[in-house]
Amino acid sequence: MGVRRRPPLAVIVSGEAGALQAIWLTLQLASLTTACLLLIATPLAWWLARSRSPLRAPVGAVVTLPIVLPPSVLGFYLLIALGPQGPVGQFTQAMGWGVLSFTFTGLLIGSIFYSLPFAVQPLQHAFEAIGDRPLEVAATLGARPIDAFFSVALPLARPGVVTAAILSFAHTVGEFGVVLMIGGNIPGRTRTVSTEIYGHVEAMEYAQAHWLAAGMLVFSFLVLLALARLRNRSVWLAP
Amino acid sequence: MSAPDHVSHLPHAPDEVADTGLQLQLQLPRAGFDLAVDITLPGRGTTVLYGPSGSGKTSVLRCVAGLEPDCTGRIQIGDRVWQDERRDLCLPTWRRPLGYVFQEASLFEHLDVRGNLHYGLRRGIDPLAARSLADAIELLGIGSLLDRSPRALSGGERQRVAIARALATRPRVLLLDEPLAAIDHSKRQEILPWLERMRDEVQIPMIHVTHSADEVARLATYLVVLEAGRVRAAGPVADVLAAVDTPVVVGEDTAVLLEGQLLERDASWHLARVGFAGGSLWVADAGLTIGQRVRLRVLARDVSITTREPSHTSIQNHLPGTVECITDDAQPSQALVRLRCGQSVLLARVTRRAIAHLGVQAGSAIWMQVKSVALVQ
Repeated sequence: MGVRRRPPLAVIVSGEAGALQAIWLTLQLASLTTACLLLIATPLAWWLARSRSPLRAPVGAVVTLPIVLPPSVLGFYLLIALGPQGPVGQFTQAMGWGVLSFTFTGLLIGSIFYSLPFAVQPLQHAFEAIGDRPLEVAATLGARPIDAFFSVALPLARPGVVTAAILSFAHTVGEFGVVLMIGGNIPGRTRTVSTEIYGHVEAMEYAQAHWLAAGMLVFSFLVLLALARLRNRSVWLAP
Repeated sequence: MSAPDHVSHLPHAPDEVADTGLQLQLQLPRAGFDLAVDITLPGRGTTVLYGPSGSGKTSVLRCVAGLEPDCTGRIQIGDRVWQDERRDLCLPTWRRPLGYVFQEASLFEHLDVRGNLHYGLRRGIDPLAARSLADAIELLGIGSLLDRSPRALSGGERQRVAIARALATRPRVLLLDEPLAAIDHSKRQEILPWLERMRDEVQIPMIHVTHSADEVARLATYLVVLEAGRVRAAGPVADVLAAVDTPVVVGEDTAVLLEGQLLERDASWHLARVGFAGGSLWVADAGLTIGQRVRLRVLARDVSITTREPSHTSIQNHLPGTVECITDDAQPSQALVRLRCGQSVLLARVTRRAIAHLGVQAGSAIWMQVKSVALVQ
């Protein structure tokens, strides 16, 4: 109404290379986090699902902590640990890798911790649901444990693997507190979509914030929709 | 069926398994009681482990397979020692050449039937395994199911595939844990003939766990009765059932089993004569062919005793024999009489008063009248 507004799409395409940069960085971070998490969470979930060790309960609780802790708490401790005086920081400096706080690698480490429960829990439930029987059958057919894991347990837990991957990816895309604490919101290095939105709002750039926020909203909705359909029609996942 | 020159590649036990048998000394602490078994099983034929639920039957199988981590003792199959506490030896399950058929369908749901059958094959080292799989597929009649998913199979078909999968690895012993328990009662007839065929054609020892009297009567060559984790009786099935010192009731009442062969058929009366070691008995003609091997089940309550050869009686089956011993029965008015008939033994349940009136004792020559005979197979 008399106020001239730039077309919103052009905001992203033209003037605001920052937005594209943030989206690209977010996708990189989420993909790498998901890949790392599947490698870390799968053996961890397997151990949690099958171990009879007394350490099982405490380890399970530690893995679940990121769900209840404010991200700022997690970010704070990671910042301390990764920082120049922290134990991890001292180690990385001694190895000649420098300090990881306020770097993409630091952000990746933080994201892995933050999304760990979202990868471990679906996998753990899937492994628990398989039970002992298929593995006993595999053993009686001559499969050694590692063979039985890859040829029987993992294929049977496929719905859990897919759920873990989707949740890890989506949860990493949606993180904010940890990113801000460890990453420091450096454009092109540690600024993700969520911190970019924060920056726009701080600067009263509501149009730009709207586009990114609405994009996140649609993305999150689609992820949840996909998960729901996955659960209802696990036939998809059958061989 | 197989061509005349067809050589079966179904597993058969190496001679040392057949000769030495399976030596099992097992201890396993359990919630209700401790399992303690010390027994040698024959290296051929089907050993049935029989007993009420919770008597430890399945635990014995799981110990043999190495699936119970707390099991201690010694397990020797032929000349191979799988477990020996004193030598601190315990082979993991995957290194024990055995086949295991679980109670419920245990096919891998992520593989089709062919994938399931090949799973063990790929992990074995036996060069004959591939041909043994072909024979197992034929033996169990599952050739038409190979491309199906386990989900598309009936309960009986699933168990047949599971059995073939276990057989195909050419195991040294086949362990069957109530393979019929999860199958509808009416559908069991669908799979029992296959198990009988296996007993006759597969030359490896099988241990079959069941609490079904029917399966004991049809399948067992050797019988082990378990009670609260201990062996109550063990031996060739006919001997165990005919023992009167530790009477074993399999099914609803005391009975003996006789192994026989169909000798002739009398079409006019719909009867067939079955010969066994000690004589022959007429049974209702079930349409079997002459020469076929069958089993007869004779209940102790259907056998009576006379001191003279019976005539003018409706009971057509009578056999001469001698009294081996007379023992107490559950009822104080009754006695169990063990009767020798050639190489076979029958049991008769009669009243104490009848024994006194007839004046029979151990060693007396008598005639036994058999009122009813069940053809088991």
